[in-house]
Amino acid sequence: MQADTYTVAPARRPLTSVMHEWVTTVDHKQLGIMYIIASCGFLVLGGMEALLMRLQLWAPEMDLVSPDTFNQLFTMHGTTMIFFVVMPVEAGMANYFVPLMIGARDMAFPRLNAFGFWMFLFGGFLLYFSYFGAMGLYGAGSAPDIGWYAYAPLTSPAFSRGNSTDYWLLGTMLSGVGSVSFAVNMIATIITMRAPGMRLSTMPLFGWMILVTSGLILFAFPPFTAAEIMMLFDRHLGAHFFDTQAGGDGLLWQHLFWFFGHPEVYILALPAFGIISEVIPVFSRKVIFGYATMVMATVGIGFISMGVWAHHMFTVGMSDTIDLLFSGATFLVAVPTGIKMFNWTATLYGGRLRMTVPMLFALGFLALFLIGGLTGIMLAVVPMDWQLSDSYFLIAHFHFVAFGGILFGIMAGYYYWYPKAVGRMMNRKLGLWHFWLQFIGFNLTFVPMHFSGVLGMPRRVYTFEAGYGMEIWNQLSTIGAVVTGISLAIFVVNLIYSYFRGREAGDDPWNAWTLEWATTSPPPAYNFEEIPTVKSRRPLWDLKHPDDPDWKHE
Amino acid sequence: MISSRGHRSPQLLNINLTLVLAAIRSCLKLAAMIDHRIESAPCPLRINVRLLTWSMMALLIIAGTATPALAENNSIFSPASSNSEKINDIFYLVLAITGLIFVVVFGAIAAFVLRFWSRDAETAPEPPQIYGSWPIEIAWTIAPLLIIFVLFLIVIRSVNEQRPERAPSDALKVTAVGHQWWWAFDYREHGFITANELHVPLGDEEHPQSVFLELESADVVHSFWVPRLGGKTDLVPNRVNTMWFAPREAGIFTGQCAEYCGTQHSKMLLRVIVESPDEFEQWVENQQKPAVDDPAGAAGKKLFLELSCANCHTIRGTGAAGTFGPDLTHLMSRQTIGAGVQDNTRENLLIWIANPHTFKTGCHMPDMKLTPEQVETVVSYLITLK
Repeated sequence: MQADTYTVAPARRPLTSVMHEWVTTVDHKQLGIMYIIASCGFLVLGGMEALLMRLQLWAPEMDLVSPDTFNQLFTMHGTTMIFFVVMPVEAGMANYFVPLMIGARDMAFPRLNAFGFWMFLFGGFLLYFSYFGAMGLYGAGSAPDIGWYAYAPLTSPAFSRGNSTDYWLLGTMLSGVGSVSFAVNMIATIITMRAPGMRLSTMPLFGWMILVTSGLILFAFPPFTAAEIMMLFDRHLGAHFFDTQAGGDGLLWQHLFWFFGHPEVYILALPAFGIISEVIPVFSRKVIFGYATMVMATVGIGFISMGVWAHHMFTVGMSDTIDLLFSGATFLVAVPTGIKMFNWTATLYGGRLRMTVPMLFALGFLALFLIGGLTGIMLAVVPMDWQLSDSYFLIAHFHFVAFGGILFGIMAGYYYWYPKAVGRMMNRKLGLWHFWLQFIGFNLTFVPMHFSGVLGMPRRVYTFEAGYGMEIWNQLSTIGAVVTGISLAIFVVNLIYSYFRGREAGDDPWNAWTLEWATTSPPPAYNFEEIPTVKSRRPLWDLKHPDDPDWKHE
Repeated sequence: MISSRGHRSPQLLNINLTLVLAAIRSCLKLAAMIDHRIESAPCPLRINVRLLTWSMMALLIIAGTATPALAENNSIFSPASSNSEKINDIFYLVLAITGLIFVVVFGAIAAFVLRFWSRDAETAPEPPQIYGSWPIEIAWTIAPLLIIFVLFLIVIRSVNEQRPERAPSDALKVTAVGHQWWWAFDYREHGFITANELHVPLGDEEHPQSVFLELESADVVHSFWVPRLGGKTDLVPNRVNTMWFAPREAGIFTGQCAEYCGTQHSKMLLRVIVESPDEFEQWVENQQKPAVDDPAGAAGKKLFLELSCANCHTIRGTGAAGTFGPDLTHLMSRQTIGAGVQDNTRENLLIWIANPHTFKTGCHMPDMKLTPEQVETVVSYLITLK
């Protein structure tokens, strides 16, 4: 009888009441899930844009889509994936799990948290509304076609008539406001709301990575917002910051943009590093190797990444000194990143590896991010960058980082934390299909792009010339994109299927060590009945091994 | 053909074959190992690991057979100038360094995964916990520092070698101006302007002839990239960038704009024609002349000047002096029209003049709504512009 009332009662709530709760909630867990669901929606859009581009590039001189449409597709694909897929899904995971991992009942500023989410969501709507509402160079219903870094003066009123560019500026600006409020909130939460006994030096690594990410957001987004406001002044109030026809400077935009744009790469990457730093130890059944160097490397990446932005601009004709300075700084970032790779690898050593789906994604991350990192070193070699910059080699490089690295890390996070948030395990069989298809599809898509780049194919072209040996590589890429698309469809099916049919998870299905596993799945609104007291980096290990607790070794 | 270093491909092929064979052998070994380890693993896992190994092998084979092919075509691996040769050498060096890092780190990951893969982790006791090791962590901080130090030295040397200040003083100077979606090449020292095709003379081993480009833009940011001749340099409005290269081979080298610049970014192609000094002199002489005044084109010329054509195009020796579009004085000396969209033939010109957007949607040359007779007449003039 009691069970009946428990299961039936929620279903009887009127829809308006449920909707009201979703719209007005300030709960960090519910907002986290809203972030994640919204990002899934944008992932479908961004993925379809990518698939259309790949189909267009199946063979030379295809005309599946027009040149203008293609230019809109890559602009929207890049903008969507960066601002409206990876940022929010990571924000969602951080929102949901950082308070749980540090033993807090909610974020420091719950209403600011909700504000941040709605800013992001409406920013995304504004961007996509351009497909219906914007007047562009080609008439009504034009999405922006300026590329995701929107180089001036292509964005000036002379070359970008109508208002599709304004939708891009306002959409990303709004979501940036959301990101900044997220960052402020995270920093306040992590600094002030840790469970008793949890020092910064005993905080889970995911918390550290989110802390550094939030710091980077605080430094990177305001200059970007300022640049966008300057651009809007140019476009509507007759200012000439970037208007080269009136003596403005196009390179000023490039500097301002990449001053945001490069830290942004680490804003996307660090949370994924954080997930990996949680998943690998749990499924190796070992403590993370070198916690202290991990933290130092993270903070080091944070600082160095603020000083490498002009490596995106080796071809614009800067002085030797500046080229060399930024090349050196870029090499330097390889050191802390290398330390992370080595520490993760060393954590595997001597472990008892459990090949669960999250672990497979984490291992996939290690392999693919390694390649992305090494091609990054190649691109930091200035003369090689003169050849490879803005070619398909570059596309391959940053997808190995952003997709092979970051998205594989996020997927590990999905499979790892889904049982906690939903109370059911994700289906393993579908998960294996998802992993292997995504792994094969990814490699099939992006390995050949290294070759088409070397053969002279520049990025952002709606077609390529026949007879230069690029055909086969583009066809392989297109096949790979289709396989990747299928794998992501399986993932979405798995999310939905497991919600209804998944095996009951219990509180701690992975036998893990951080605090989120100390409460029920899903956790109650107040998270913990009693705030736990923490003595080490792995409070649940201490609990399970009272004979040999961590705090004796740290 | 002059090449001080000989042709690279055969040598490359050999290295690649050895590499590929070694890779296949180690793959087979790995596959055998994996098979051994997962004999009693759950079924899907077994299939998947085999699948992975075989697909990795397939990838390696593809990559191995691909690399020789990459040395042909327009590849940056078949350099045709002193500059791109240097970049090519650095490429192999850096590829070797990063390749070594990859083999070591990936090898460690793969070895640890195979070695410590546990089928009974759920029930087995926890392994010994290793919290870290300062000596090891310091070692793998210092090792990468040393590697990047070496790489940085390589960068310093190579950047210094390739900078415009190092261009020989007797270089041929040309100003390249990027337009939405075509190139103007202004031979200021010779007194003429042409479009989309850059002719340069070939030196010999003792006296390599360099080309020094001043890069400007008429509208948005473009980028000059001919992979076989060297790296790319952007054309930024309000700035003059420079680059140089010294070709080592005669031939036609194709390239294209490498910075997104609007609708027809993909069709902003260019070609560099490296020819013998004699051929180059002849070409220059011809370009310096005003347009030929062939009676066969008289009617077309009249029409050209009466219609709006002259507002955008220059034909030296006539009243047409527009600068928005390409200079047409010696149109028929060029191989392509529309910055590489089509071969420069009478038939294609007919289609182009009738409506340029048939070949190049969105280009800035408007459809002038000429009657078929007018198109015919104008083209009969244009094809006299040898």
